[in-house]
Parts: sequence; structure tokens; C-alpha cells
Amino acid sequence: MALLACLPLLVSKAQSPQSAPVGSPAAQPGAAAPISTPPYPTIPPPQPQRTGLNVVVLDPAHGGTDPGARGAQGIRESDLVLDLAFQVRRALEAQGFQVLQTRSGNENPSFDDRSTLANAQYGAVFITLHVSSTGLPGTVRVYTMPDSFASVATGGVIGWDHAQAPYVTLSRKFGDAVQGQITQRFKGSPNNSQSATIRQLRTTAAPAIAIELASVSVQDRADLDRMMPGVGDAIARGVAEFRPSYVVPGPAGAHP
Amino acid sequence: MSGNWRTWVVVALGIAVLSAAIYFPILRKRVKTAAKITEPSEEQARRELTQAVAPNPSDPVVKVKMFWVSPEDESALAPVTIQLALSKDPVLRAKQVLNTLLAGPVDSDLRTLPPDAALLSFYLLPDGSAVADFSEALATSSPSGIQSEQLAVDSIARTLEANVPQVKRLKILIHGQELDTLAGHVDLTQFFAVDTKGAQLGAVSPDMPGNIAVPPVTAANNATGVPAKR
Repeated sequence: MALLACLPLLVSKAQSPQSAPVGSPAAQPGAAAPISTPPYPTIPPPQPQRTGLNVVVLDPAHGGTDPGARGAQGIRESDLVLDLAFQVRRALEAQGFQVLQTRSGNENPSFDDRSTLANAQYGAVFITLHVSSTGLPGTVRVYTMPDSFASVATGGVIGWDHAQAPYVTLSRKFGDAVQGQITQRFKGSPNNSQSATIRQLRTTAAPAIAIELASVSVQDRADLDRMMPGVGDAIARGVAEFRPSYVVPGPAGAHP
Repeated sequence: MSGNWRTWVVVALGIAVLSAAIYFPILRKRVKTAAKITEPSEEQARRELTQAVAPNPSDPVVKVKMFWVSPEDESALAPVTIQLALSKDPVLRAKQVLNTLLAGPVDSDLRTLPPDAALLSFYLLPDGSAVADFSEALATSSPSGIQSEQLAVDSIARTLEANVPQVKRLKILIHGQELDTLAGHVDLTQFFAVDTKGAQLGAVSPDMPGNIAVPPVTAANNATGVPAKR
């Protein structure tokens, strides 16, 4: 499966205002005086495309037969991240964001299926939610793909396996914004997002981050449940902070 | 005469019975111990079969940097310098340092790889591409999580980087197979950059087998409008 990342540009060129109709003054540069009221039907100017961040795709990781990390007290990562996703969704919708989820029950979509949901959106960001086995309980880390992954970016066509490559810089910016908001609430968390080669992020053609709470090793699941509203609110604030930085590549030529 | 003969037979039989009564429990204990020794687990058997070559007495003892979890920060690695007799052959050398990494530090809380994992084989191509094949325990016994899995991979990559300069990039296999992830998170389908010279680890090499060969991004042809590198 190949991702035609150049498609938006090609489409936008096809809709360009320069594509005037045959017979118009623009098509006959040597013609006489400009006509104030054209006797022919005009093509309405193209509607400006919606730019910027339109959709947040939330990915509660694991699910189904894959429980993810498991704690000694029977805590399962797959259950926790589903609850966390609902909290994050509530906070994002309160800020006016449209939210999609890769799963809302105990299913286990493939990595590619989860990426597909984000890749099919225009102006999406992707957040995959995790709970770790290790780490200082009560802290939260945000991860993005390493900067060096951007070196596999292509010219016209980007392979599905490297869909994240053109977005590495934006993802880092997004990750730092979310991590900053999280660290204000959860002391001991790092100040900036971290790098990790995460399978789920690799095939996602959008600014994409992974968020990992520590950890399933807590004695009482309630310790993690108490973190969730704060994590949700911090993520929503981070997305809002990142929003002005994200301009969807399009005809306006605006580059992030 | 016949009475003496009978007496001697009874005495001999008595001694034999007594000896057997003493010896049999000892023998049984020995058999049990031997059985334990001769019934190794599958993992142990594989470990013995694939054991790296023992250090050659002529190998020089050198200082080696091993990367385990930092005692100050459990989310980071820290180098520990130890002295090892290391081969000059890069493949043997890589096996020796990785087996030492697997054996773990004195403080087992600081280990990055599960104790039951083993290195099955190690290959090095002339262009510096290395393939390290580990036993299934590396995937099944590693704690699931982005942080723990990335620390495991980074500890392997950084230990090789510090001690085997011929290794430029690394592919990790599990029992001869390519897995999607180590334990659900960190990507094992790509090569990891090893010779980073201080740059960020965990990188994916662009031109390795398995990756799609692609032209470089330029401002003109970057259709997504996103800079390829910052």
C-alpha cells in the first residue's frame, strides 16, 4: 500500500485559480481592452480549503487478545487506555475539537488499520495512548519518532512504511507542546518530548505522538484513574497550543 | 567345616546388605543430581549450543563500556566500564560484549535485558550492517512499554557503538524472525543506527534492506510542505 502524499498538492493545482476557461482574457494575452462584464459564464473562485488542525485521532493502544502491560494487581494496559481515551476525548471536545477513536471497545485493530484512520483525515493529529510497565509512578512521558527518521522522506511519493517521515518536525513540536502542559501537572515528568522508534507512529501521515503514563506497577488502579482527568485536560491544552503551528499543506503555500 | 562355611556366607551376605543399605541412598541422591544436570531447559540447551567462543588467552584485556540503566535515573542509560578479554575479530567481539550485556550488572535492578534471554547468533556484513539474533525470551520477557523497550534496544546499540566500531547499523531478530515490535511498542522492522557519534539513537537507516529507497526531499518536491529535517 502506498501513500500518495503528493495528492493534496496535485489536487490543489488542478483547482488553481490560474486554470482559467478557454476563451477568457487570460487565455488570450494579446486581446483588446478588458471586458468589465464578461458575456460568458465565469467559474466561481475555488473555495478556500480548510486548513489547520481539524480532527484529533485518539488511539487507545492494544485491546482484544493483546492486554499490553500487565500489573501484579491484575491491571491491564488495554483497559486503562480505553478509559483514558474517554477522558481525553471529553477534554478535547470541550475545547471544540472533533475527535475520532481507533477503538471504543475491546477490539485490537492492526497498527496499519489504526494509522489508516488518521491518514484518511484532512488536518488530523494522532495520539496513541499507553501505560508503561516501568518508570516513576505518577509521571507521564510524550514520545515522537527520532529526528533522523525524517531522512527517509521522499520526493513525490512516500512509502506507507515511512508515512511519518515528513511530519517528524511537526510531531516533535506537537509533542513538546503536550509534554509542557503535562509536566505542569505531573511533577517528575520530563520537560520535553522523548524520541522512540514506535511502530504505531511510523505509518501515520500526520503529526503523531505517543503518551505513556507510569505505570501498571502501582498497587491500586485508583492511582492511575485519578491521573486521567488531569492528563486529558493537559493533552487538550497541548493540542490547543499546537493548533496555530499546524497548517495543512495546501494551495495557500503555507508551510509549518 | 560345613558350619564354618555357612557362617562365612551369612557374614558376607550381612556385609553386602549393610553396604547396600548405606550406598543406595547415596546413589539415589547422585542420580537425582545428575538428572538435574543432564535435563537442561530448552533455553539453556540453546544457550550452550550458541555460546560465544570462550575468550582466547591471547586476547588482550581491555576496558569495555557497557550500557545499563542509570542508578540515578531509571529512564536513562549510564555507561559502566569493566575489563574484559576481547577478541580483535569484530563478530567475536560483538558476541562477547552482548553476552556480557545480557549477563547484566551487579545490581540486577539496573539490567536492560531479561535474564533468560540469549544471543543466538551475530552477523556482520562488510558495509557495517549487523544482525543480532536473540532468543524468544528477549521479546516475551521484556517488560512491555515504550520506555523499557527503547532502553533495551538502546543498551544494545550503544554497547555495540562503544566497543565494536565496525558496526554501523543493527537489525534485531527474534529466533531468526523479524518481529513487528519488541514487546508491543518499539519497532523491530527497521535497522537501528549504531554509529551515531553522539547523535540520537534509535534512528532508522534510510538505505537498508527492507526500507524503500527514496530520493531526498527538496523544497520543490516536498509535496507535503513539511521540512524533511530540522
